[in-house]
Amino acid sequence: MRISRPIVPVALALALAACGSDAQPAAEAQEIKVGLLHSLSGTMAISEVTVRDAELLAIDEINRAGGVLGKKLVPVAEDGASDWPTFAEKATKLIRQDKVATVFGGWTSASRKAMLPVFERYKALLWYPVQYEGLESSPYIFYTGATTNQQIIPGLDYLKEQGKKKVFLVGSDYVFPRTANKIIKAYAAANGMEVLGEEYTPLGHTEYSTLVNKVVQARPDAVFNTLNGDSNVAFFKQLKSAGVTAETMPVLSVSVAEEEVTGIGVDNIAGHPVAWNYYQTTETPANEAFVKAYKAKYGATKVTSDPMEAGYNAVYLWAEAVKKAGTTEVEAVKKAAPGISLDRPEGKVTIDGENQHLYKTARIGIIQPDGLIKQVWDSGEPIKPDPYLKAYPWAAGLAAS
Amino acid sequence: MTAFVNQLPIGLSIGAVLLLVALGLTFTFGQMGVINMAHGEFIMAGAYTAFLIGDLVLALPAAFLVAGAMGLVLERAAVRHFYGRPLDTLLLTWGVSLVLQQLARDLFGAPNVQVPAPSWLAGGVGILPYNRLFIMALAVAGVVAVWLYLNRTALGRRTQAVVQNRRLAATSGIDTGRVDMLTFFVGSGLAGVAGVALTLIGPVGPGLGTYYIVDAFLVVVAGGLGQLRGAVLAAAGLGLLNSYAEFWSDASLAKVIVFAVIIAFLQVRPQGMFVLRSRVLT
Amino acid sequence: MRDLIRRNLPFAAVAVVALVAAPLLLEPFRLGLLAKYLCYAIVALGIGLAWGKGGMLTLGQGVFFGLGGYAMAMYLKLTEAGPGGLPDFMVWSGVEELPALWAPFASPVLALGMAVLGPMALAVVLGTLVFRQRVRGAYFAILTQALAAALVILLVGQQGLTGGTNGMTNFFELFGRDLAEDSTQRGLYLVTAGVLGVLYLATRQLVNSRFGRLLVAVRDGEDRVRFLGYDPALVKTVTFAISAGMAGLAGALFVPVVGIISPALLGVVPSLELVVAVAVGGRHALAGAVLGAVVMGYAKTAFSEQFADGWLYLQGALFILVMTLAPKGIAGLLGRVRRARTA
Repeated sequence: MRISRPIVPVALALALAACGSDAQPAAEAQEIKVGLLHSLSGTMAISEVTVRDAELLAIDEINRAGGVLGKKLVPVAEDGASDWPTFAEKATKLIRQDKVATVFGGWTSASRKAMLPVFERYKALLWYPVQYEGLESSPYIFYTGATTNQQIIPGLDYLKEQGKKKVFLVGSDYVFPRTANKIIKAYAAANGMEVLGEEYTPLGHTEYSTLVNKVVQARPDAVFNTLNGDSNVAFFKQLKSAGVTAETMPVLSVSVAEEEVTGIGVDNIAGHPVAWNYYQTTETPANEAFVKAYKAKYGATKVTSDPMEAGYNAVYLWAEAVKKAGTTEVEAVKKAAPGISLDRPEGKVTIDGENQHLYKTARIGIIQPDGLIKQVWDSGEPIKPDPYLKAYPWAAGLAAS
Repeated sequence: MTAFVNQLPIGLSIGAVLLLVALGLTFTFGQMGVINMAHGEFIMAGAYTAFLIGDLVLALPAAFLVAGAMGLVLERAAVRHFYGRPLDTLLLTWGVSLVLQQLARDLFGAPNVQVPAPSWLAGGVGILPYNRLFIMALAVAGVVAVWLYLNRTALGRRTQAVVQNRRLAATSGIDTGRVDMLTFFVGSGLAGVAGVALTLIGPVGPGLGTYYIVDAFLVVVAGGLGQLRGAVLAAAGLGLLNSYAEFWSDASLAKVIVFAVIIAFLQVRPQGMFVLRSRVLT
Repeated sequence: MRDLIRRNLPFAAVAVVALVAAPLLLEPFRLGLLAKYLCYAIVALGIGLAWGKGGMLTLGQGVFFGLGGYAMAMYLKLTEAGPGGLPDFMVWSGVEELPALWAPFASPVLALGMAVLGPMALAVVLGTLVFRQRVRGAYFAILTQALAAALVILLVGQQGLTGGTNGMTNFFELFGRDLAEDSTQRGLYLVTAGVLGVLYLATRQLVNSRFGRLLVAVRDGEDRVRFLGYDPALVKTVTFAISAGMAGLAGALFVPVVGIISPALLGVVPSLELVVAVAVGGRHALAGAVLGAVVMGYAKTAFSEQFADGWLYLQGALFILVMTLAPKGIAGLLGRVRRARTA
């Protein structure tokens, strides 16, 4: 194959030239660049695009109200492509090349874990908007979704209140379900509940007949569901056709929000409970405005959900911290952030100084025949975030911190 | 014990799903040696047809035509230049599959859509819901139809002739190009039918095809190229294996076990269960 | 002598560009990306050998890449944890004692050895099993693809052992050097480029040897080679093992360069993407394979920075076009241009 050899240097030089040619002009003094890093393609795009949209809405609103420190926010959106190493790569690009003031991004725990070393290495800020498995508290990440004691544990409290003593655990095979189930088992042991079974399926799994058989045979009072994404569609469809109803065996989900309900089919899931901090129907003045603005911008048929709201809040919280600090400089913003408290669509949220999570109100809702979720229980007041579950004696030994 | 007994019909119903998604492949891969990675996207096209029509029964023939037409276009536009180069068609059709996935995302949006199940499929017998029985019936009907087509129609017999010896068939006056076209049409159409059936049990979204494609190929490989009875036996076997392996371990391990068994099986019968005897020299 | 120089001139030119110009001209972020593409290029070189020269379409090269990457990642995690310590993900997975499987990876020599020999051993086992039974062509392709799918599920399922879906990340140092430092990254880039260069020369030598001619003969007429008294299964197994070893080494380099290894990097799709890259570059020329990996890697980055959604369209379309219009890839096209000029 002699023919090919001479082409290589040429092509390599071309590639090199192309690589080096995109140095960015320095940011204009009147603008603040912020990075938005979500999956816009691949399997996670379905969820993450909506969060990005909510973040863009917040940026719009802030700009219309005069911006931050008199400067306009300019979003720089990058695609994580549902691929964890890509998240790390794009985070590096946003920080080093675009020199953004902060980044809002991520959905899966895996994407956050992949970005974490990048943000710590370059001492940059990440705002992560999704509920997650806890056991983490990076000095360079603000967590605006729930940690386990603001979602999983309230969910269990609710099941206990309802007199559900025997539960079956079903989850996708990754870190969040596995950690959540460890917590559930410890909680059950301390609260006189019984775990009848624990099953995991690969992400994207769609054949649930065997698992449904296992669940039905075990006869639990309730199922605690940590399945993710498309698997929920298959699971609920196959559970329904096996004759399981919300009355006989409620399935409490922690990863099914308003936007997933349509794909699952309202018929298949109506009546089952979910645990979050926010629903489209949550009654606060801020939420009325949020839902209205979101629908106005993206279409009347769109729904709002918990992670979207958490992303929307993240932008406001960061802007507030910047105003307080008088600069976008990371260390100053970090210093200014603790104690900041805002009335958001989910109600009052406050940044905890210790672990950079939020005080949030936990809410249990029931999926309605119209696809929306009606709140049936809440924690009354915002719960202090406790990612390592230090305040729960039964959780001791779950993980060394 | 009941749970254990229940796994038998469950295994067969998993097998029926596998058979449905693989049936079209016994045509395109088995009969023509074309590795069509876009087969999964033809399944997806069938599912979206069901979504657009909204009625399961009407959707079956419609999906057959839609997916079949897509297959026809693919065959005429590209695949026919690749006969005898199966590995190249694999890469080509993978490109097609990427484009179709993104197209579905742009046309129907990234979120899953809902295809309502007909009310007459609610309920069930024992552990098997009616919708599973429907899928099993559909798989059986598909196999019977394919068998009749291949063995009882002139077109089908011509197809078999082309498979066994393309040159000799051509010499005997068979228009092999037309046969290829038709075979691809039927094979892709069957994928569309499978897609309609899958709306009963799984998600309907742009990624639908990717969930089934590897399993479908494994069925054909284990069954033997172009062997209908091989595909039936392999699908049933893999379904049962899957069902019991998952019952005793978990879903993740079951998949790994299935793969290990297939490799081991190919050690014993490298060409799958049944081998087409042909005098063509490789 | 003159012939020798002329023959190696293009290679020398590339070497100068890659080893001298690139580190001087590119900013650290872009140099890191280039290092990543070069890791993929090493895998592509192996695919070029196995597929282009040997006719074995391997759709599971990510498996070997991943094994190499995991071996390296395990070593990095263990050095950070220190003697008696546990890697971070084990702590939050509730693992209390270091699994025995991990113990050997505390040694850099063993870890690197495993990164290369592990994939080779797996390839030998798999190759012996399938090639002896004359499983080939499409069957082999589908089997390797299923292997990739199965390994991903296995890795994801053993969270305490492998980090699950998250994989392993958060590495700080390699052989006592801070991985965050630009100088370390530049060093890694040079090592990667050097390894690629050496492997390229070695592979070229191999292809031009007697063994190489036998390999091509097996590709073009396996039965005929068998009639001549050779053992095609052995030839294929050896080749497959070599390509697996390259992929493993590439994985081991990839981990410190990119800073993460996860099941998503070695599944069906990334394995296929690498084959695509080789096809685009030109599978019949080893240089084409390398070129394809770099070009496609760059295209993916550039495209996703501009318009994320378009990448799938572009990749798909490129693929269809290359396969239908230029089955010999870029290398073939350029070769045609060159031939036309000299004619």
